[in-house]
Amino acid sequence: MSKKSFRQAVNEALRQEMERDPTVVLMGEDVGGGMGAPGEDDAWGGPLGVTKGLMSQFGRERVLDTPITESAFIGAAAGAALRGLRPVAELMFVDFMGVCFDQIFNQAAKFRYMFGGTAKTPLVIRTMYGAGFRAASQHSQCLYPIFTHVPGLKVVIPSSPYEAKGLLIQAIRDDDPVIFFEHKVMYDDEEDVPDEPYTIPFGEARFVREGEDVTIVAIGRMVQMAGKAADALAKEGISCTVLDPRTTSPLDLQSILESVEETGRLVIVDEANPRCNIATDISAQVVEQAFDALKAPIRMVCPPHTPVPFSPALEDAFIPSPEKIAAAVRSVMASPTRQAAA
Amino acid sequence: MAKITALTMPKFGLAMTEGMVAAWHKQPGESVRQGEEIADIETSKITSAYESPAAGVLRRQVLAPGEMVPVGALIGVIAEPEATEAEIDAFIADFLAKFEAERTEAETEAAANPERVETPAGLVQYLAAGPADAPAIVFIHGFGGDLNNWMFLQPLLAERFRTVALDLPGHGGSTKALKQPEPPALARFVLAAMDALGIGAAHLVGHSMGGAVAIAIGQEASDRTLSLSLISPAGLGSEINADFIRGFIEAKRARQLNAVLQSLFADPALVGREMVENVLRFKRLDGVEAALRTLADAHFPGGRQAYLLREALARFPGPVQVIWGAQDRIIPPAHAEGLAEAVRVHRFENAGHMAHMERAAEVARLIAELAGGR
Amino acid sequence: MEPSRALQLNREELLRAYRQMRTIREFEERVHTEFSSGAIPGFVHLYAGEEAVAVGVCMHLTERDCIASTHRGHGHCIAKGCDVKGMMAEIFGRADGLCGGKGGSMHIADVAKGMLGANGIVGGGAPLACGAALAAKTLKTGGVAVAFGGDGASNQGTTAESMNLATVWKLPVIFVLEDNGYAESTASSWSIGGDAVKRAEGFGMPGVRVDGHDFFAVYEAMHDPIARARAGEGPSFLHVKVNRYYGHFEGDAQTYRAPGEVQRLRAEMDCIERFRKRVTEAKVLEEKDLAAIDREVLELIEESVRAAKAAAYPPPPALLSDVYVSYP
Repeated sequence: MSKKSFRQAVNEALRQEMERDPTVVLMGEDVGGGMGAPGEDDAWGGPLGVTKGLMSQFGRERVLDTPITESAFIGAAAGAALRGLRPVAELMFVDFMGVCFDQIFNQAAKFRYMFGGTAKTPLVIRTMYGAGFRAASQHSQCLYPIFTHVPGLKVVIPSSPYEAKGLLIQAIRDDDPVIFFEHKVMYDDEEDVPDEPYTIPFGEARFVREGEDVTIVAIGRMVQMAGKAADALAKEGISCTVLDPRTTSPLDLQSILESVEETGRLVIVDEANPRCNIATDISAQVVEQAFDALKAPIRMVCPPHTPVPFSPALEDAFIPSPEKIAAAVRSVMASPTRQAAA
Repeated sequence: MAKITALTMPKFGLAMTEGMVAAWHKQPGESVRQGEEIADIETSKITSAYESPAAGVLRRQVLAPGEMVPVGALIGVIAEPEATEAEIDAFIADFLAKFEAERTEAETEAAANPERVETPAGLVQYLAAGPADAPAIVFIHGFGGDLNNWMFLQPLLAERFRTVALDLPGHGGSTKALKQPEPPALARFVLAAMDALGIGAAHLVGHSMGGAVAIAIGQEASDRTLSLSLISPAGLGSEINADFIRGFIEAKRARQLNAVLQSLFADPALVGREMVENVLRFKRLDGVEAALRTLADAHFPGGRQAYLLREALARFPGPVQVIWGAQDRIIPPAHAEGLAEAVRVHRFENAGHMAHMERAAEVARLIAELAGGR
Repeated sequence: MEPSRALQLNREELLRAYRQMRTIREFEERVHTEFSSGAIPGFVHLYAGEEAVAVGVCMHLTERDCIASTHRGHGHCIAKGCDVKGMMAEIFGRADGLCGGKGGSMHIADVAKGMLGANGIVGGGAPLACGAALAAKTLKTGGVAVAFGGDGASNQGTTAESMNLATVWKLPVIFVLEDNGYAESTASSWSIGGDAVKRAEGFGMPGVRVDGHDFFAVYEAMHDPIARARAGEGPSFLHVKVNRYYGHFEGDAQTYRAPGEVQRLRAEMDCIERFRKRVTEAKVLEEKDLAAIDREVLELIEESVRAAKAAAYPPPPALLSDVYVSYP
């Protein structure tokens, strides 16, 4: 056990799984880096250094650099998964999904079903998401709702280094296509992470803290934001449950419902744009299944319906903050309590 | 100036580096006696009561529940009633300024960290404390436990003894490969660890399944076993709480596991979120579930204890004591009855299966007495 | 091109080639009839006229090799050795179909046999074939992959990207462009800018033009690409010119074709008739051998249709099954 960054946790998960299973291969743009160039091999290890060292250890047969050719290599990853490899492909920024989405949602996601259960596609696509890096509109989105929508895909969004390593190992061992979202701002976050390999199951939410007054469901980097809001609210005498779903598909709705039954109030924090995001999805399901438990309307804390702006002042206003989350909690606490169902 | 006392995050056990307030039992303005329990402190290993170091009035709750801070951080302020708000503010500011500066120093001498050593029986993780030339005490945890189970006990004995708490195979940071689960095989694992650490002979303290292992060591290598202190040991009867064993293995969610862990203690409040989370994280490690199932299938098949060691215990030539919490819901305290006269038996009211955590100070005294030959 | 090696196929192999081509033809003709009667749901895209291509290519392949197919996949499927009865049941949407009735004509597949599926997305197969080739190369199975694509697919970005990736990664994949003259209703002579073989050469792989009505020419043309691939020398390309008898989809009135075009092709260019003529004239097979196969094939197709019509539809739980291997 030692303090590791999110980046190191991901790297370690990949390395340990590649050591354990020779059919695990990595592919992506600059996952090694320097391919064909006169300088260093393994020059980059991905744009933010997450896969550094893996090409040196495993060689080019297991760590494949690609040209900039998503539709071909993501499709190849899908085809290879059908035929005995367990590829971990990197879609460098999820914003690039436009050039390879067919391979993901029409091919990989549907093989098992269309082929009547006679095939499986053990593919992992790792991808960076999220705002806060000043990377502007085309490199900062949270597009996990689109993947969550597609039957046949699993969507994993770790909220910390410990979570990242366990969920990525689980993803690699999972026999279905998994889209694994890494928030680009979190790579330097540090936490105690076991040195040994371990797994965290999909479809099980983590209760980050438990309180009585309100349930805050938060996704990915927003878990930290919710934690800060909860610290501030504790000083005001409001005790919050903070729930990290970990995976939006499968979604642990049961834990959310159990918590809402206890607190009666729900605030959902989602960094994805507000129309058709995970917050709306969870809201609808909770209202459908736990209407009587709700003492107040559900509040969703999300960015506005805009692309991500470049200027730091604007981008900071875009991202849900602890202050906005705390304000949403205060508003549901202040809502006049509904009459209990007769 | 009126006396002002800082309440700081206490250190439970040798390895603790941070903790949080789980709940305050006193509000600002209430008076506090020295030694009164004024808060619950939660760590990743246990939740335990915090006793006020001074008498006075609780003036500030500096730390709200739920926030993790390092050991030694300011959590509250107690002062005589005459102290003014300004004095309290100044005290706090002063403390915080010093705390930051001292912290980096403190961290380097801080937590004793577990170490690892390869042995012919596999990798062993252990936590050692105490003078290297003193008589050795080896602590052996039980099913699903680890060296942190001794966190309260070990520091108390480390002043006079060379204490070593280790992780059994399949547990903690030791090897997760568990080929042979029977007590003699586990005994050989402990002996291999002792060899690696240059411990010729030791007083053995074993808890639950670790108690059975200690008896087996006494049988296999009585010349290396100076005494046996057995806390709620397995091996003295066939009853075992099979629901606990099964629940421990199967629980995948925090709430399920919470209920299971609570059955270990007389006071369920000792089981906090962090502890449950810590056990869940342990169970997720590669190989752990398989190891636990192997152990459970061998030691507790069909919900009964398979290895019955009363005879082996009777044949052990050295000093023996058996310690049991009267409210033990895992292994019945009645198993302590009918042992040889020379065996000292101690029952604790208001303790469950974990007397070494629930009654650490008293258990430490009993061990020291037995080891001291009194 | 002198198909000398092809004629050295032995009697058994020639019979097998004929049987497969005949099976494809009778299968497609029967599906055409059944579809016209309203018995078959959804879309079908028929391969009749192109049999020599599927069979000429797939004769080189075993189960360690893969093919990625197109929306016009029945011919590829049969040539790759998939079960004909299972195929018919699948097209009729029955529970005992090759895909449990879950895929239908456009997604017909048998991955275990190396048939990675017909594909409803034009150009969808090429990247998949690259992936199968990558797996074969990494796992050292010695297998190769064939990416079938039509003239329509040849202009899709996925095709270009796959050809480049195959070259850069030196993959054991063969790109077979089945140019049947029309992508839906649009002529390939218009839609392909430049020359398809030159494109392939531009990507760094050898390419040849092949007459797809000539089984022996196709079989021969695949020889070097397969050898190259198995030797680890990378991808190759075939531009096969061929014709389809039926429309893009069943229901397509084909008004974009010249009057009498299809009749003339059937009369003058039919690949099965050519094969028949060639082998009987060379006296390697006898007319009676072929007639026997004709009868057996008709029986097989008849039986397949009868069984398919009598079979049950998938039961309601099948709607929800096999979305995932496990969930959660």
